[in-house]
Amino acid sequence: MPKLPKLPAPPLPPPLREPPPRPGEANGEGGPIEDARQAGITVVDWVDERTSLSGAARWMMFRKVPKGTNWFYTLGSATMFAFLSQAVTGVFLAMYYRPDPAGGAYESIRYVTNDVFLGQFVRGMHKWGSSVMVILVFLHMGRTFFFGAYKYPRELNWVIGVVLLILTMTMSFTGYLLPFDQRAYWATIVGVNINGTGPLIGPYLSDFLRGGSEFGATTLSRFYAIHMLLVPGLLAALIGAHLYLVAKLGTTAPPWQKAETRPELRETEV
Amino acid sequence: MNQREKEEYLREYATLKAKGKPFFPYAVAKDSAMAVVVMAIIIAMSLVLGAELGSKANPTTTTYVPRPEWYFFFLFEVLRVVKPPSLVGLATIGVPTIGMILLFLLPFYDRGPERRPERRPVATITGIVVICAMAFLTYEGANAGSPTAIETTTPAAVKQAGGSTLAEYEAGKKVVAQSGCLACHKIGDNGNAGPGPNLTHIASRLPRQGIARTLVNPTAPMPSFKNLPPKKFTAIVNFLALSK
Repeated sequence: MPKLPKLPAPPLPPPLREPPPRPGEANGEGGPIEDARQAGITVVDWVDERTSLSGAARWMMFRKVPKGTNWFYTLGSATMFAFLSQAVTGVFLAMYYRPDPAGGAYESIRYVTNDVFLGQFVRGMHKWGSSVMVILVFLHMGRTFFFGAYKYPRELNWVIGVVLLILTMTMSFTGYLLPFDQRAYWATIVGVNINGTGPLIGPYLSDFLRGGSEFGATTLSRFYAIHMLLVPGLLAALIGAHLYLVAKLGTTAPPWQKAETRPELRETEV
Repeated sequence: MNQREKEEYLREYATLKAKGKPFFPYAVAKDSAMAVVVMAIIIAMSLVLGAELGSKANPTTTTYVPRPEWYFFFLFEVLRVVKPPSLVGLATIGVPTIGMILLFLLPFYDRGPERRPERRPVATITGIVVICAMAFLTYEGANAGSPTAIETTTPAAVKQAGGSTLAEYEAGKKVVAQSGCLACHKIGDNGNAGPGPNLTHIASRLPRQGIARTLVNPTAPMPSFKNLPPKKFTAIVNFLALSK
Protein backbone atom coordinates (compact mmCIF):
# COMPACT_ATOMS: atom_id res chain seq x y z
CA MET A 1 0.00 0.00 0.00
CA PRO A 2 1.48 3.32 -1.00
CA LYS A 3 2.14 5.79 1.77
CA LEU A 4 -0.37 8.57 1.94
CA PRO A 5 0.84 12.07 2.68
CA LYS A 6 0.06 13.16 6.28
CA LEU A 7 -2.41 15.88 6.85
CA PRO A 8 -1.00 18.84 8.73
CA ALA A 9 -1.96 18.96 12.41
CA PRO A 10 -5.03 21.04 13.12
CA PRO A 11 -4.26 24.38 14.67
CA LEU A 12 -4.50 24.24 18.49
CA PRO A 13 -6.15 26.99 20.49
CA PRO A 14 -3.49 29.05 22.33
CA PRO A 15 -4.11 27.71 25.90
CA LEU A 16 -3.38 24.16 24.72
CA ARG A 17 -0.18 25.00 22.88
CA GLU A 18 3.17 24.27 24.54
CA PRO A 19 4.73 27.47 25.81
CA PRO A 20 7.71 28.70 23.84
CA PRO A 21 11.11 28.10 25.55
CA ARG A 22 11.93 30.78 28.10
CA PRO A 23 15.04 32.81 27.58
CA GLY A 24 18.12 31.01 28.89
CA GLU A 25 16.47 27.61 28.67
CA ALA A 26 17.70 25.09 26.13
CA ASN A 27 15.52 25.02 23.07
CA GLY A 28 13.27 22.08 22.55
CA GLU A 29 14.07 18.95 24.58
CA GLY A 30 16.14 19.40 27.79
CA GLY A 31 18.80 16.93 26.83
CA PRO A 32 20.41 14.38 29.18
CA ILE A 33 21.93 17.00 31.53
CA GLU A 34 18.61 18.67 32.10
CA ASP A 35 16.97 15.26 32.61
CA ALA A 36 19.60 14.28 35.18
CA ARG A 37 19.12 17.52 37.04
CA GLN A 38 15.37 17.05 37.06
CA ALA A 39 15.79 13.49 38.31
CA GLY A 40 18.03 14.70 41.14
CA ILE A 41 15.57 17.36 42.15
CA THR A 42 12.75 14.82 42.06
CA VAL A 43 14.63 12.42 44.34
CA VAL A 44 15.56 15.15 46.80
CA ASP A 45 11.98 16.39 46.78
CA TRP A 46 10.72 12.86 47.36
CA VAL A 47 12.97 12.38 50.39
CA ASP A 48 12.30 15.85 51.71
CA GLU A 49 8.54 15.45 51.40
CA ARG A 50 8.78 12.45 53.71
CA THR A 51 11.48 13.63 56.15
CA SER A 52 11.56 17.46 56.05
CA LEU A 53 15.35 17.19 56.29
CA SER A 54 15.99 20.19 54.08
CA GLY A 55 15.02 22.51 56.92
CA ALA A 56 17.60 20.93 59.19
CA ALA A 57 20.24 21.05 56.47
CA ARG A 58 19.50 24.70 55.79
CA TRP A 59 19.61 25.43 59.52
CA MET A 60 22.99 23.71 59.80
CA MET A 61 24.65 25.00 56.64
CA PHE A 62 23.31 28.51 56.25
CA ARG A 63 23.57 29.65 59.86
CA LYS A 64 25.71 32.72 60.17
CA VAL A 65 29.21 32.62 61.60
CA PRO A 66 30.30 35.83 63.37
CA LYS A 67 32.80 38.12 61.77
CA GLY A 68 36.45 37.69 62.71
CA THR A 69 36.62 33.91 62.98
CA ASN A 70 40.07 32.73 61.93
CA TRP A 71 41.97 29.53 61.26
CA PHE A 72 41.88 28.53 64.94
CA TYR A 73 38.18 27.90 64.41
CA THR A 74 38.88 25.03 62.02
CA LEU A 75 40.53 22.86 64.72
CA GLY A 76 37.22 21.35 65.83
CA SER A 77 36.20 20.20 62.38
CA ALA A 78 39.77 19.03 61.75
CA THR A 79 39.48 16.82 64.86
CA MET A 80 36.23 15.39 63.56
CA PHE A 81 37.87 14.76 60.22
CA ALA A 82 40.71 12.90 61.93
CA PHE A 83 38.06 10.81 63.72
CA LEU A 84 36.40 9.98 60.40
CA SER A 85 39.76 8.97 58.96
CA GLN A 86 40.33 6.73 61.99
CA ALA A 87 36.88 5.20 61.51
CA VAL A 88 37.46 4.40 57.83
CA THR A 89 40.97 2.99 58.26
CA GLY A 90 39.79 1.13 61.36
CA VAL A 91 37.05 -0.61 59.40
CA PHE A 92 39.61 -1.86 56.89
CA LEU A 93 41.91 -3.09 59.65
CA ALA A 94 38.98 -4.84 61.35
CA MET A 95 38.40 -6.84 58.17
CA TYR A 96 41.68 -8.65 58.83
CA TYR A 97 42.09 -8.50 62.59
CA ARG A 98 41.55 -11.52 64.85
CA PRO A 99 41.42 -10.84 68.62
CA ASP A 100 43.21 -14.03 69.52
CA PRO A 101 45.92 -13.70 72.17
CA ALA A 102 47.34 -17.15 71.41
CA GLY A 103 49.09 -15.73 68.35
CA GLY A 104 46.25 -14.99 65.94
CA ALA A 105 46.20 -11.30 66.78
CA TYR A 106 49.89 -10.82 66.15
CA GLU A 107 49.79 -12.98 63.02
CA SER A 108 46.82 -11.08 61.57
CA ILE A 109 48.58 -7.75 62.08
CA ARG A 110 51.78 -9.18 60.63
CA TYR A 111 49.75 -10.33 57.63
CA VAL A 112 48.19 -6.87 57.20
CA THR A 113 51.57 -5.19 57.50
CA ASN A 114 53.55 -7.45 55.19
CA ASP A 115 51.17 -9.11 52.74
CA VAL A 116 47.94 -7.15 52.25
CA PHE A 117 47.88 -4.65 49.38
CA LEU A 118 48.47 -1.19 50.94
CA GLY A 119 48.09 -2.86 54.34
CA GLN A 120 51.08 -1.19 55.93
CA PHE A 121 49.95 2.17 54.55
CA VAL A 122 46.45 1.87 56.04
CA ARG A 123 47.80 0.61 59.36
CA GLY A 124 50.27 3.50 59.39
CA MET A 125 47.44 5.95 58.75
CA HIS A 126 45.48 4.47 61.65
CA LYS A 127 48.49 4.46 63.96
CA TRP A 128 49.67 8.00 63.22
CA GLY A 129 46.13 9.29 62.77
CA SER A 130 45.58 8.61 66.46
CA SER A 131 48.50 10.87 67.37
CA VAL A 132 47.22 13.57 65.03
CA MET A 133 43.75 13.29 66.54
CA VAL A 134 45.05 13.59 70.11
CA ILE A 135 47.09 16.67 69.16
CA LEU A 136 44.09 18.25 67.42
CA VAL A 137 41.84 17.55 70.41
CA PHE A 138 44.31 19.34 72.68
CA LEU A 139 44.73 22.28 70.27
CA HIS A 140 40.96 22.61 69.94
CA MET A 141 40.63 22.56 73.72
CA GLY A 142 43.39 25.17 74.05
CA ARG A 143 41.58 27.47 71.62
CA THR A 144 38.33 27.06 73.55
CA PHE A 145 40.11 27.70 76.84
CA PHE A 146 42.09 30.79 75.88
CA PHE A 147 39.20 32.39 73.99
CA GLY A 148 36.87 31.85 76.97
CA ALA A 149 34.53 29.99 74.66
CA TYR A 150 33.41 27.63 77.45
CA LYS A 151 31.52 30.41 79.22
CA TYR A 152 27.79 31.09 79.22
CA PRO A 153 25.87 29.79 77.29
CA ARG A 154 28.29 27.03 76.15
CA GLU A 155 29.11 25.32 79.48
CA LEU A 156 27.45 22.04 78.53
CA ASN A 157 29.37 21.88 75.29
CA TRP A 158 32.63 22.16 77.24
CA VAL A 159 31.59 19.24 79.47
CA ILE A 160 30.78 17.12 76.41
CA GLY A 161 34.14 18.12 74.97
CA VAL A 162 36.00 16.88 78.08
CA VAL A 163 34.15 13.56 77.81
CA LEU A 164 35.24 13.38 74.17
CA LEU A 165 38.84 14.01 75.26
CA ILE A 166 38.69 11.16 77.79
CA LEU A 167 37.10 8.85 75.22
CA THR A 168 39.83 9.70 72.72
CA MET A 169 42.49 8.82 75.30
CA THR A 170 40.61 5.57 76.05
CA MET A 171 40.66 4.77 72.35
CA SER A 172 44.40 5.24 72.13
CA PHE A 173 45.00 3.23 75.31
CA THR A 174 42.88 0.26 74.23
CA GLY A 175 44.11 0.39 70.64
CA TYR A 176 47.72 0.20 71.77
CA LEU A 177 47.34 -3.42 72.92
CA LEU A 178 45.71 -4.78 69.77
CA PRO A 179 48.84 -5.50 67.63
CA PHE A 180 49.91 -7.69 70.55
CA ASP A 181 53.64 -7.26 70.07
CA GLN A 182 56.08 -6.89 72.96
CA ARG A 183 55.72 -3.12 73.15
CA ALA A 184 51.92 -3.32 73.19
CA TYR A 185 51.80 -6.11 75.73
CA TRP A 186 54.17 -4.62 78.29
CA ALA A 187 52.92 -1.07 77.93
CA THR A 188 49.38 -2.28 78.57
CA ILE A 189 50.44 -4.32 81.60
CA VAL A 190 52.07 -1.24 83.05
CA GLY A 191 49.11 0.94 82.09
CA VAL A 192 46.60 -1.36 83.73
CA ASN A 193 48.80 -1.56 86.83
CA ILE A 194 48.93 2.24 86.96
CA ASN A 195 45.12 2.23 86.88
CA GLY A 196 45.15 -0.24 89.72
CA THR A 197 47.01 2.12 92.03
CA GLY A 198 44.20 4.65 91.76
CA PRO A 199 42.03 5.60 94.70
CA LEU A 200 38.75 3.75 95.41
CA ILE A 201 37.76 2.44 91.99
CA GLY A 202 41.34 1.85 90.80
CA PRO A 203 41.56 -1.89 91.57
CA TYR A 204 38.05 -2.53 90.24
CA LEU A 205 38.83 -0.65 87.04
CA SER A 206 41.96 -2.74 86.57
CA ASP A 207 40.06 -5.98 87.15
CA PHE A 208 37.40 -4.85 84.68
CA LEU A 209 39.99 -4.02 82.01
CA ARG A 210 41.86 -7.28 82.47
CA GLY A 211 38.70 -9.34 82.74
CA GLY A 212 39.96 -10.85 85.98
CA SER A 213 42.82 -10.42 88.37
CA GLU A 214 45.37 -11.67 85.85
CA PHE A 215 46.21 -10.49 82.37
CA GLY A 216 44.68 -13.36 80.44
CA ALA A 217 42.86 -14.59 77.37
CA THR A 218 39.80 -12.39 77.90
CA THR A 219 41.84 -9.21 78.24
CA LEU A 220 42.50 -8.84 74.53
CA SER A 221 38.90 -9.44 73.46
CA ARG A 222 37.77 -7.02 76.14
CA PHE A 223 40.11 -4.30 74.85
CA TYR A 224 38.99 -5.15 71.32
CA ALA A 225 35.30 -4.74 72.18
CA ILE A 226 35.94 -1.47 73.99
CA HIS A 227 38.06 -0.17 71.11
CA MET A 228 35.72 -1.32 68.33
CA LEU A 229 32.19 -1.06 69.69
CA LEU A 230 31.78 0.74 72.98
CA VAL A 231 33.94 3.84 72.64
CA PRO A 232 33.44 4.55 68.90
CA GLY A 233 29.68 4.45 69.40
CA LEU A 234 29.88 6.85 72.33
CA LEU A 235 32.30 9.08 70.42
CA ALA A 236 30.05 9.30 67.36
CA ALA A 237 26.96 10.04 69.47
CA LEU A 238 28.70 12.69 71.54
CA ILE A 239 30.28 14.33 68.47
CA GLY A 240 26.71 14.63 67.16
CA ALA A 241 25.58 16.29 70.40
CA HIS A 242 28.66 18.56 70.37
CA LEU A 243 27.92 19.66 66.80
CA TYR A 244 24.23 20.19 67.50
CA LEU A 245 25.08 22.49 70.38
CA VAL A 246 27.63 24.40 68.27
CA ALA A 247 24.99 25.00 65.60
CA LYS A 248 22.31 25.81 68.16
CA LEU A 249 24.38 28.26 70.21
CA GLY A 250 26.44 29.58 67.33
CA THR A 251 30.19 29.69 66.75
CA THR A 252 31.82 31.96 69.31
CA ALA A 253 33.07 35.30 68.16
CA PRO A 254 36.73 36.03 68.91
CA PRO A 255 36.86 37.63 72.37
CA TRP A 256 38.27 40.92 71.09
CA GLN A 257 35.51 41.33 68.51
CA LYS A 258 33.08 44.00 69.63
CA ALA A 259 29.78 44.80 67.99
CA GLU A 260 29.74 48.41 66.84
CA THR A 261 26.71 50.27 67.98
CA ARG A 262 24.97 52.26 65.32
CA PRO A 263 26.15 55.88 65.38
CA GLU A 264 22.71 57.31 66.10
CA LEU A 265 22.45 55.14 69.23
CA ARG A 266 25.84 56.16 70.59
CA GLU A 267 25.72 58.10 73.82
CA THR A 268 27.27 61.51 73.61
CA GLU A 269 28.05 63.97 76.34
CA VAL A 270 26.20 67.21 76.08
CA MET B 1 27.85 36.12 85.35
CA ASN B 2 24.63 37.64 86.50
CA GLN B 3 21.43 38.00 84.50
CA ARG B 4 22.34 41.42 83.17
CA GLU B 5 25.73 40.23 81.92
CA LYS B 6 24.15 37.19 80.32
CA GLU B 7 21.65 39.29 78.43
CA GLU B 8 24.34 41.75 77.43
CA TYR B 9 26.42 38.91 76.04
CA LEU B 10 23.52 37.42 74.13
CA ARG B 11 22.60 40.79 72.64
CA GLU B 12 26.21 41.52 71.64
CA TYR B 13 26.58 38.04 70.17
CA ALA B 14 23.34 38.36 68.21
CA THR B 15 24.61 41.57 66.53
CA LEU B 16 27.97 39.97 65.71
CA LYS B 17 26.28 36.91 64.32
CA ALA B 18 23.84 38.90 62.23
CA LYS B 19 26.80 40.68 60.61
CA GLY B 20 28.63 37.44 59.93
CA LYS B 21 28.83 35.32 56.84
CA PRO B 22 26.93 32.05 56.27
CA PHE B 23 28.63 28.84 57.38
CA PHE B 24 28.28 27.47 53.87
CA PRO B 25 30.40 28.14 51.85
CA TYR B 26 32.75 30.45 53.83
CA ALA B 27 33.51 28.39 56.95
CA VAL B 28 33.11 25.14 55.02
CA ALA B 29 35.84 26.24 52.61
CA LYS B 30 38.26 26.89 55.48
CA ASP B 31 37.32 23.63 57.21
CA SER B 32 37.84 21.69 53.98
CA ALA B 33 41.25 23.26 53.45
CA MET B 34 42.17 22.24 57.01
CA ALA B 35 40.82 18.71 56.39
CA VAL B 36 43.07 18.41 53.35
CA VAL B 37 46.06 19.50 55.45
CA VAL B 38 45.20 16.94 58.17
CA MET B 39 44.81 14.19 55.58
CA ALA B 40 48.14 15.14 53.98
CA ILE B 41 49.88 15.04 57.37
CA ILE B 42 48.44 11.63 58.23
CA ILE B 43 49.37 10.19 54.84
CA ALA B 44 52.86 11.68 54.99
CA MET B 45 53.42 10.28 58.49
CA SER B 46 52.18 6.88 57.38
CA LEU B 47 54.51 6.90 54.37
CA VAL B 48 57.57 8.24 56.16
CA LEU B 49 57.27 6.64 59.58
CA GLY B 50 55.48 3.46 58.56
CA ALA B 51 53.89 1.03 60.96
CA GLU B 52 56.53 -1.12 62.58
CA LEU B 53 55.49 -4.28 64.32
CA GLY B 54 57.73 -5.44 67.12
CA SER B 55 58.38 -9.03 68.04
CA LYS B 56 55.48 -11.10 69.27
CA ALA B 57 54.25 -10.51 72.82
CA ASN B 58 56.01 -12.85 75.20
CA PRO B 59 54.76 -12.83 78.80
CA THR B 60 57.79 -14.78 80.01
CA THR B 61 60.42 -12.22 79.02
CA THR B 62 61.51 -10.02 81.84
CA THR B 63 64.02 -7.91 79.99
CA TYR B 64 61.57 -5.82 78.00
CA VAL B 65 61.33 -2.15 78.97
CA PRO B 66 57.73 -1.04 78.64
CA ARG B 67 57.04 2.31 76.97
CA PRO B 68 53.56 3.77 76.60
CA GLU B 69 52.33 5.78 73.62
CA TRP B 70 53.96 9.21 73.64
CA TYR B 71 50.93 11.12 74.87
CA PHE B 72 51.00 9.16 78.10
CA PHE B 73 54.67 10.00 78.65
CA PHE B 74 53.82 12.73 81.15
CA LEU B 75 51.98 10.24 83.36
CA PHE B 76 54.78 7.74 82.91
CA GLU B 77 57.31 10.39 83.95
CA VAL B 78 55.32 11.24 87.08
CA LEU B 79 55.36 7.55 87.95
CA ARG B 80 59.09 7.35 87.33
CA VAL B 81 59.97 10.39 89.44
CA VAL B 82 57.71 9.58 92.38
CA LYS B 83 59.16 6.55 94.08
CA PRO B 84 57.91 6.34 97.69
CA PRO B 85 55.04 3.82 97.46
CA SER B 86 52.73 5.86 99.66
CA LEU B 87 52.82 8.69 97.13
CA VAL B 88 52.63 6.65 93.93
CA GLY B 89 48.84 6.31 94.02
CA LEU B 90 48.45 10.01 94.63
CA ALA B 91 50.83 10.97 91.84
CA THR B 92 49.65 8.62 89.12
CA ILE B 93 45.93 8.64 89.60
CA GLY B 94 45.30 11.35 92.18
CA VAL B 95 46.82 14.19 90.18
CA PRO B 96 45.19 13.22 86.85
CA THR B 97 41.84 12.61 88.58
CA ILE B 98 41.92 16.01 90.25
CA GLY B 99 43.01 17.56 86.95
CA MET B 100 40.12 15.90 85.13
CA ILE B 101 37.59 17.05 87.74
CA LEU B 102 38.94 20.61 87.52
CA LEU B 103 38.72 20.42 83.73
CA PHE B 104 35.14 19.14 83.84
CA LEU B 105 33.97 21.82 86.22
CA LEU B 106 35.87 24.70 84.57
CA PRO B 107 32.79 26.57 83.31
CA PHE B 108 31.15 26.22 86.72
CA TYR B 109 33.85 27.89 88.80
CA ASP B 110 35.14 30.31 86.17
CA ARG B 111 31.94 32.29 85.74
CA GLY B 112 33.26 35.77 85.03
CA PRO B 113 31.90 37.55 81.97
CA GLU B 114 35.34 38.48 80.61
CA ARG B 115 36.54 36.48 77.61
CA ARG B 116 39.69 38.23 76.43
CA PRO B 117 42.74 36.18 77.43
CA GLU B 118 44.78 39.23 78.47
CA ARG B 119 42.04 40.32 80.87
CA ARG B 120 41.79 36.90 82.52
CA PRO B 121 45.37 36.68 83.83
CA VAL B 122 44.74 33.85 86.30
CA ALA B 123 43.10 31.57 83.73
CA THR B 124 45.60 32.41 80.99
CA ILE B 125 48.67 31.95 83.19
CA THR B 126 47.31 28.72 84.66
CA GLY B 127 46.65 27.41 81.17
CA ILE B 128 50.16 28.27 79.99
CA VAL B 129 51.76 26.76 83.11
CA VAL B 130 49.79 23.52 82.71
CA ILE B 131 50.76 23.28 79.03
CA CYS B 132 54.43 23.91 79.85
CA ALA B 133 54.37 21.37 82.69
CA MET B 134 52.85 18.70 80.45
CA ALA B 135 55.27 19.51 77.64
CA PHE B 136 58.22 19.33 80.05
CA LEU B 137 57.08 16.01 81.55
CA THR B 138 56.45 14.59 78.08
CA TYR B 139 59.93 15.67 76.98
CA GLU B 140 61.51 14.21 80.12
CA GLY B 141 59.52 11.01 79.70
CA ALA B 142 60.62 10.70 76.09
CA ASN B 143 64.28 11.18 76.98
CA ALA B 144 64.24 9.21 80.20
CA GLY B 145 66.80 6.51 80.47
CA SER B 146 65.55 3.02 80.91
CA PRO B 147 63.05 3.08 83.77
CA THR B 148 64.84 0.05 85.15
CA ALA B 149 68.03 1.98 85.87
CA ILE B 150 69.05 1.59 89.49
CA GLU B 151 70.08 4.48 91.66
CA THR B 152 71.41 3.29 95.00
CA THR B 153 73.91 4.49 97.50
CA THR B 154 76.89 2.19 97.36
CA PRO B 155 77.27 0.29 100.67
CA ALA B 156 80.04 1.70 102.89
CA ALA B 157 81.90 -1.61 102.96
CA VAL B 158 82.11 -1.68 99.15
CA LYS B 159 83.29 1.92 99.06
CA GLN B 160 86.03 1.19 101.55
CA ALA B 161 87.18 -1.89 99.69
CA GLY B 162 87.33 0.20 96.51
CA GLY B 163 89.25 -1.07 93.49
CA SER B 164 88.00 -4.24 91.93
CA THR B 165 85.17 -4.73 94.45
CA LEU B 166 83.67 -1.35 93.58
CA ALA B 167 84.04 -2.10 89.88
CA GLU B 168 82.33 -5.47 90.35
CA TYR B 169 79.51 -3.78 92.24
CA GLU B 170 78.93 -1.17 89.52
CA ALA B 171 79.13 -3.69 86.67
CA GLY B 172 76.68 -5.98 88.44
CA LYS B 173 74.29 -3.15 89.05
CA LYS B 174 74.11 -2.52 85.30
CA VAL B 175 73.38 -6.16 84.50
CA VAL B 176 70.73 -6.37 87.22
CA ALA B 177 69.08 -3.25 85.81
CA GLN B 178 69.04 -4.74 82.31
CA SER B 179 67.74 -8.12 83.39
CA GLY B 180 64.35 -6.92 84.55
CA CYS B 181 64.79 -7.94 88.21
CA LEU B 182 63.04 -4.72 89.20
CA ALA B 183 59.77 -5.92 87.69
CA CYS B 184 59.27 -8.05 90.81
CA HIS B 185 61.92 -6.95 93.31
CA LYS B 186 62.74 -3.78 95.10
CA ILE B 187 66.32 -2.54 95.37
CA GLY B 188 66.57 0.61 97.43
CA ASP B 189 63.84 2.90 96.15
CA ASN B 190 63.85 1.25 92.71
CA GLY B 191 61.55 -1.39 91.32
CA ASN B 192 58.29 -2.93 92.43
CA ALA B 193 57.60 -4.20 95.92
CA GLY B 194 56.27 -7.54 94.79
CA PRO B 195 55.84 -10.36 94.19
CA GLY B 196 59.52 -11.03 94.91
CA PRO B 197 61.29 -10.14 98.16
CA ASN B 198 63.19 -6.89 98.68
CA LEU B 199 66.78 -7.31 97.51
CA THR B 200 68.29 -4.20 99.08
CA HIS B 201 70.02 -6.17 101.86
CA ILE B 202 69.81 -9.65 100.36
CA ALA B 203 73.43 -10.47 101.16
CA SER B 204 72.78 -10.28 104.88
CA ARG B 205 70.11 -12.99 104.53
CA LEU B 206 71.59 -15.26 101.87
CA PRO B 207 75.20 -16.32 101.35
CA ARG B 208 76.81 -15.91 97.94
CA GLN B 209 76.25 -19.58 97.10
CA GLY B 210 72.59 -19.35 98.06
CA ILE B 211 72.08 -16.37 95.76
CA ALA B 212 73.63 -18.23 92.84
CA ARG B 213 71.54 -21.31 93.56
CA THR B 214 68.32 -19.26 93.68
CA LEU B 215 69.12 -17.62 90.36
CA VAL B 216 69.58 -21.00 88.68
CA ASN B 217 66.73 -22.76 90.37
CA PRO B 218 64.21 -20.18 91.57
CA THR B 219 60.77 -20.59 93.05
CA ALA B 220 57.94 -19.82 90.58
CA PRO B 221 57.03 -17.38 89.11
CA MET B 222 60.63 -16.16 88.90
CA PRO B 223 62.33 -17.23 85.65
CA SER B 224 65.60 -19.13 85.81
CA PHE B 225 68.74 -17.22 84.89
CA LYS B 226 70.87 -20.30 84.18
CA ASN B 227 70.90 -19.49 80.46
CA LEU B 228 72.57 -16.13 80.95
CA PRO B 229 76.14 -15.82 79.68
CA PRO B 230 78.42 -16.80 82.62
CA LYS B 231 79.96 -13.33 82.72
CA LYS B 232 76.61 -11.65 83.25
CA PHE B 233 75.54 -14.31 85.72
CA THR B 234 78.65 -13.73 87.83
CA ALA B 235 78.09 -10.00 87.66
CA ILE B 236 74.56 -10.39 89.07
CA VAL B 237 75.77 -12.66 91.83
CA ASN B 238 78.60 -10.23 92.65
CA PHE B 239 76.22 -7.31 92.93
CA LEU B 240 73.69 -9.12 95.10
CA ALA B 241 76.37 -10.64 97.32
CA LEU B 242 77.69 -7.13 97.97
CA SER B 243 74.25 -5.69 98.77
CA LYS B 244 74.31 -5.80 102.54
